[in-house]
Amino acid sequence: MATTDPVVRVRDVVRTFGDVRALDGVSLQFDPGIVYALLGPNGAGKTTLIRVLTTLLRPDAGDVEVAGIDVLTDPTAVRTRIGLAGQFAAVDEYQTGRENVEMVGRLYGLSAADTRRRAADVLERIKLTEAADRQVKTYSGGMRRRLDLAASLVGQPQVMFLDEPTTGIDPRSRMDVWELIEDLVASGTTVLLTSQYLEEADRLADRIGVIHNGRIITEGTSDELKDKLGGAVLEVGIDELDRLAAMTALAAATGEEPVHDQARDRVRVPARDGAGTLVAAVRALDSAGISPTDVALHKPTLDDVFLALTGDQPPGYEPAADPAVAAEERSA
Amino acid sequence: MSAVTTALPSRVSLSKTVTDTVVITRRNLLRNVRLPQLLLFATVQPVMFLLLFNYVFGGAIGQTIPPVAGGEYINWLMPGLLIQISAFGAGQTAIGLTEDMSKGVIDRFRSLPMARSAVLTGRTFADVLRNAAVVSLMLAVGFAIGFRYQTSFPLFVAGVLLALSFAYALSWVMATIGLLVHSPEAAQSAVFLPIFPLVFASSVFLPTQTMPDWLRVFADHQPITVITNALRGLMLGEGALLPGQTVGGQVLASLAWIVGITAVFAVLAVRTYRRAVS
Ligand SMILES: Nc1ncnc2c1ncn2[C@@H]1O[C@H](COP(=O)(O)OP(=O)(O)OP(=O)(O)O)[C@@H](O)[C@H]1O
Ligand SMILES: [Mg+2]
Repeated sequence: MATTDPVVRVRDVVRTFGDVRALDGVSLQFDPGIVYALLGPNGAGKTTLIRVLTTLLRPDAGDVEVAGIDVLTDPTAVRTRIGLAGQFAAVDEYQTGRENVEMVGRLYGLSAADTRRRAADVLERIKLTEAADRQVKTYSGGMRRRLDLAASLVGQPQVMFLDEPTTGIDPRSRMDVWELIEDLVASGTTVLLTSQYLEEADRLADRIGVIHNGRIITEGTSDELKDKLGGAVLEVGIDELDRLAAMTALAAATGEEPVHDQARDRVRVPARDGAGTLVAAVRALDSAGISPTDVALHKPTLDDVFLALTGDQPPGYEPAADPAVAAEERSA
Repeated sequence: MSAVTTALPSRVSLSKTVTDTVVITRRNLLRNVRLPQLLLFATVQPVMFLLLFNYVFGGAIGQTIPPVAGGEYINWLMPGLLIQISAFGAGQTAIGLTEDMSKGVIDRFRSLPMARSAVLTGRTFADVLRNAAVVSLMLAVGFAIGFRYQTSFPLFVAGVLLALSFAYALSWVMATIGLLVHSPEAAQSAVFLPIFPLVFASSVFLPTQTMPDWLRVFADHQPITVITNALRGLMLGEGALLPGQTVGGQVLASLAWIVGITAVFAVLAVRTYRRAVS
């Protein structure tokens, strides 16, 4: 197989707003056909990087290529090959779903007939055919997001840029958007998305770049990243009298060394296999005749990523409510 | 698809530019059709002005206006009001643009391989067409309560077209203001900053003769007065003008203002647009 050229190539990009270095020397590149997730807290520089890549913003320094074309010297050629869904759904309330998609189709330069045909295809694909001829003001938040994301598909872009595609929508709609993104990649589109949720990047992305204060602080596959973080942690609440026996049983069951967290009065042990470790641990405790007061599986959160990588909470970081993680913890 | 690196950047063709402009104009107009209350509110205010000024001031002022108005204040008032609502209506350009900016619509447009100019021309075209609808409604009410042009139908139509051309020129001023202030809230108040003094310190409502000298000099030479006078000349006849002025002269001066404002502010707006969004 011939070596493929990277579909996105960013080198030493700097962009400042006054005193703020929104992008402080970002470099990254990846191959076509994958999902690349840019993970970072509020103010990390995600949107700024997306704006640079989609020709909306000129960097102060650095090189940017998309689909093999220099973004700075030939932005119009880049625009024929990309699609953008910004951080907030940019669909017109007073147009119908179909009109929104058809408008974007015309602006991509499709003929009226092609536009009509492809808009119908796209609406079918995002399961909005039934609502297609209703004005968008009657749509739910999730439907708007999907429409916004899909409007660009009418131009059959090589690379889609999605800025926080699931922020602010309910878990059900989030699943719909995830499926749509998976479907997109299956059909050969490259996707670059930004997210504040590790869970989302984990589920969708082939490669993840963690951005913080305008710099990429680490990069790799989801597994590589988790190895760096040490994976999930099992926390067990145990009566003081049983603690020693329980720690012995947990050590035997997991092959790891449990520790007692004084402050929270929990026994913690690394859970390399996630739920598998949890089941093994509960069984071991049960056969030792110990009943825990509390069991919880903690997956590494974005907080942990920053704690591990920078030894520091990002300034002003508010942990994002992540229903997917919360649900998993509850069911554990 | 080849990705050969060439020195020349790709360009959007002329025919694509026309299509894009039509698409954007249509999109902007659709908003008025789908949300008819917008058009209604835009019309209520000028109609209220028309009725209030006519019935409240008409009796007192009717005596002091030139005889070409046939003793009816409404004949004098109507050309002035057409200019006033054109000026106020143009403010929508700033508000519409800032709304699109804050909703990310402009970002979407700029990420598409479309003509950049279409975003601004599509906006100003749609706004002048919308203004035409408001003006028509106003005229209908005006005719219903007694307005009659004193010249000929072609001259009356020429006057209406002149008012709309002025509205179009002002749209570019408003586009520049909108792009400078960014937020729709700020645009709401910023657009009235230039409009209020220009509309009131003019011959729109009253002849300028009774103003203090310093104000009258300003009022007589600023564009709103020049264009209002041209409109009165076209609709009522030369008697509506100050001594020494001719209808042709006022129309020429108006056209000069309209072309000048459009040329200067179209360039400014495009420049501000480039900077505002990057
Ligand atoms: N147009 C602008 N003017 C001034 N500062 C800006 C501008 N755009 C971004 N910034 C600043 O640059 C930094 C990076 O912002 P950016 O929007 O890229 O972050 P983000 O990762 O997308 O954050 P969020 O998760 O909140 O969307 C922030 O400190 C922000 O305040
Ligand atoms: Mg952002």
